[in-house]
Amino acid sequence: MFVLVSYDVSTTDKAGRRRLRRVAKVCKNYGQRVQFSVFECLVDPAQWTVMRQQLVDEIDPETDSLRFYYLGSNWKRRVEHVGAKPGVDQEGLLLV
Amino acid sequence: MKKHLNTLFVTTQGAWLAKEGETVAVKVGGKVRLQLPIHTLDGIVCFGQVSCSPFLMGFCAERDVCISFLTENGRFLARVQGPVSGNVLLRREQYRWADDPERSAAIARAVIIGKLVNSRKVLHRVVRDHPDKVDTVSVKQAMDRLKAILMHVRVGTSLDRLRGYEGEGAMIYFRVFDHLILNRKKEFFFEGRSRRPPLDRVNCLLSFFYTLLMHDVRSALECTGLDPAVGFLHRDRPGRPGLALDLMEEFRPYFADRLALSLVNLGQVKSKGFRKAETGAVLMDDDTRKAVLVAYQKRKQDVVTHPFLQKKMPIGLLFHTQALLLARHVRGDLDGYPVFCWQ
Repeated sequence: MFVLVSYDVSTTDKAGRRRLRRVAKVCKNYGQRVQFSVFECLVDPAQWTVMRQQLVDEIDPETDSLRFYYLGSNWKRRVEHVGAKPGVDQEGLLLV
Repeated sequence: MKKHLNTLFVTTQGAWLAKEGETVAVKVGGKVRLQLPIHTLDGIVCFGQVSCSPFLMGFCAERDVCISFLTENGRFLARVQGPVSGNVLLRREQYRWADDPERSAAIARAVIIGKLVNSRKVLHRVVRDHPDKVDTVSVKQAMDRLKAILMHVRVGTSLDRLRGYEGEGAMIYFRVFDHLILNRKKEFFFEGRSRRPPLDRVNCLLSFFYTLLMHDVRSALECTGLDPAVGFLHRDRPGRPGLALDLMEEFRPYFADRLALSLVNLGQVKSKGFRKAETGAVLMDDDTRKAVLVAYQKRKQDVVTHPFLQKKMPIGLLFHTQALLLARHVRGDLDGYPVFCWQ
């Protein structure tokens, strides 16, 4: 399935900046960064459970927020991109 | 069931692959060109001057991601394998079977039947779809002879005779292979199978596809716990993946040959995209190789119905399915190996 993860982490103090880095790290492990705090993750339900829990454990619910958009497996027609930073289709040809 | 995942191809010379967290990062000139989570990958294929950090190799081995190193022209060089894992009992049974001439012959027979049936089907399709363009008489003759060989193979024979039939079948098939090329015959022709090095454009395409196919089949076998080096039809030789070659036979005509033909016939590869080296070897240029890789990956995503399981699946998963069925046969859960026959 395809999940869009976006987060907002308060960076006013040092602990906040640390949380931001750690949240980004978890997202990177599971998905592709499409904008500064937006990740597209192609995961199976088991991986998603683990990832979600890792993210929830990382943030401070008083100041930070996480939003998950579940786009299902038929996500291709629900996503459109315009402008810079085009994402890589993780299911298409991967050639560097 | 294992999901069919993507393969990462790295053709940029001087690229460096590294592990970053749980991702694979492809760096070119110190800059990250692509970063992917490892769980979206099934395999990594590196062409030419591409390096890889040992930590990534270890990580990939742990996560069942196969890394193969090929020369720029697609000749297989090496593969990274982690500590031997998988089912010991299954492997031991496989070795016992490989030592038993009768059991080896039984599996070899299934594999050869698959290859012959699929070869015949490839010829059949062309005669059916383009009766006006091909030399129907000689192709039909070849089909009849393949059928005759199939009859011989079906009754119990020894391994050596089976190998003889296999070779004869391949010869008949490749003799009419040139008829299957429908367009631009002057540039794309096939005079006979040549390899190491391939001497014409069609052979160049075939060799390239066979190498890619081997990477896929081999990792499929690896995943089921079978030893890709110990074959039944192909005998052991150091560095030769015998079982991978066995399992590949049924896919050669169905997957690789047809793909090469459609690339040529539909004009997706241009004759200018190939060049001849001093040795006589025909090589592809970068753009052609890319187009060919795109076609290969795309073809693997086409969905077909598996004739034995009656289930729909992408072609890329067929390798895994066949490996699994073979493992079940060796383990004793299936009475025979149901070879993949194109319908």
